[in-house]
Amino acid sequence: MGMTITEKIIAVHAGKEKVVPGELVQVTVDVMLANDITAPLSIKELEKRGIATIPYPERIVLVADHNTPARDIPSAENVKLMREFAKKHNIPYFFEGGNVGIEHVLLPELGLVVPGDLVIGADSHTCTYGALGAFATGMGSTDLAASWVLGETWLRVPESLKFVLSGERHPFVTGKDLILFIIGEIGVDGARYCAMEFEGPVISSLSMDERFTMTNMAIEAGAKNGIIAPDEKTLAYVRESGALRQPRIFTSDPDATWQKVFAIDVTKIEPQVAFPHLPSNTRSVYSIPKIEIDQVVIGSCTNGRIEDLRMAAKVLQGRKVHPRVRLLIFPGSPKVLRKAEEEGLIRVFLEAGGVIAPPSCGPCLGGHLGVLASFERCASTTNRNFIGRMGHETSEVYLVNPYIAASSAVAGYITAPDKL
Amino acid sequence: MTGRIHKFGDDINTDYIISGKYKFKTLDMQELAKHVMEDIDPGFASRVQPGDFIAAGKNFGCGSSREQAPRALLACGIRGILAKSFARIFFRNAINCGLFVVECDTDRFETGDEVTVDLGEGRVINHTRGFELSVAPLPQVMIDILKEGGLVNYFKKYGSFERV
Repeated sequence: MGMTITEKIIAVHAGKEKVVPGELVQVTVDVMLANDITAPLSIKELEKRGIATIPYPERIVLVADHNTPARDIPSAENVKLMREFAKKHNIPYFFEGGNVGIEHVLLPELGLVVPGDLVIGADSHTCTYGALGAFATGMGSTDLAASWVLGETWLRVPESLKFVLSGERHPFVTGKDLILFIIGEIGVDGARYCAMEFEGPVISSLSMDERFTMTNMAIEAGAKNGIIAPDEKTLAYVRESGALRQPRIFTSDPDATWQKVFAIDVTKIEPQVAFPHLPSNTRSVYSIPKIEIDQVVIGSCTNGRIEDLRMAAKVLQGRKVHPRVRLLIFPGSPKVLRKAEEEGLIRVFLEAGGVIAPPSCGPCLGGHLGVLASFERCASTTNRNFIGRMGHETSEVYLVNPYIAASSAVAGYITAPDKL
Repeated sequence: MTGRIHKFGDDINTDYIISGKYKFKTLDMQELAKHVMEDIDPGFASRVQPGDFIAAGKNFGCGSSREQAPRALLACGIRGILAKSFARIFFRNAINCGLFVVECDTDRFETGDEVTVDLGEGRVINHTRGFELSVAPLPQVMIDILKEGGLVNYFKKYGSFERV
């Protein structure tokens, strides 16, 4: 009996020939990530235990992206704690200021994660790196602190679900719509504890940026990880990133065991809108009533990459944002921002009346740089639309792709570019 | 352990447990505890008595990985969670922090019920409604972590995960 890609990566890191779903294993960890919300708790845990040595500082990545630039004194103190910890333990990968981007945009771009890696991060969207053919999953701060000391963690080997996508994509259907559609089908716990493996001709046709969007939202279906086997596009991306480590290419065996296989014909899928207050609450943009909006957010670890900004700029070129709407654009990293500037996208956004915000998580989780007032509505390319997620508990978030976000900013209500 | 039930529905995410608005404001769990569940159940924190339990539907704790969620629940007095199912990151975090998590059918539990949870015996007794449920045991590593009062203490004792 063969193994899935997820099982193979876990087996290699457990020093085993074979692992099976349900098995608990001890694994070595290649990358151990935390941000300015979760790292301070990990650091405090270590201090409580009086830990003096961190054996693998080069495997630790600390990214101050959630509250950047610091929103208030406590968040500035959190970053200070990270900075001092990084210095004390010679942790080379600490990002703030002009180096900071959204962690899940930044790490692949800098070649800090490569195919075949086992990554844990104290952030639920750590599953993003599965697009590189790595096993990556979110954990809490205490688990992360333990791994910093050991270079290891323990895992339950997940069952795998396979999603085979084929058919012709609608012109405004992106990776975001495919993953929203799948979450709409299986529900927010449809992949609970499982690996979500994506394959098929449609996945092969997706750019790396769109693949990151898909694996990023695996957590919104409750998955432990999302994963896509590496292909030529993956390897080209990794080469371009200047990865320091050698990729290890794993693919699923044809006789591997999947808990369930979903065959999805994407031809029938239209651009998706996830209504409040669950990402699974999806509808086609062409079948919704007129929903007037106050704000549009384009960015986040889901849709803050250069292709996302290109999609938005394509719609916004020569148009103006509706007078009632605030359009906030968060390039996902300094590199994305630079590229957007070089390609003239930033000018398009400014001429349309958009606001260019610094690379950061922004208002996605309701803390900073564009939170919503009572009863305000936002069309957003982010990943969660829970009650109060982006601000006041009566505000509403509608999850969409960058094309729909841009066209909605122009119209003042949620709509597609071909309806403008 | 005996306490009273607070009943919730399905898909209670970590943003509802403690809103993102507060999470980064402070590492002070007593401060966060005041805001537990406030967007979906205003006044919840003030109604909790130390040792109470939450009984919820499916997928409790979905969403963000932030450990402030189980820690703020503990700080506000909640001793454990009964739910039909748990999101995996929350489940792990809860045990690492010493918050009990029990997977069982919660349909027959209501707010105010007096309940005893006996993890050693693997049972939950609802005294108010007069029934008892048996619950599946946790993996040994999780029982050991809970027994030590969380991962930090487990680690002090065993120093590694070699027992997994």
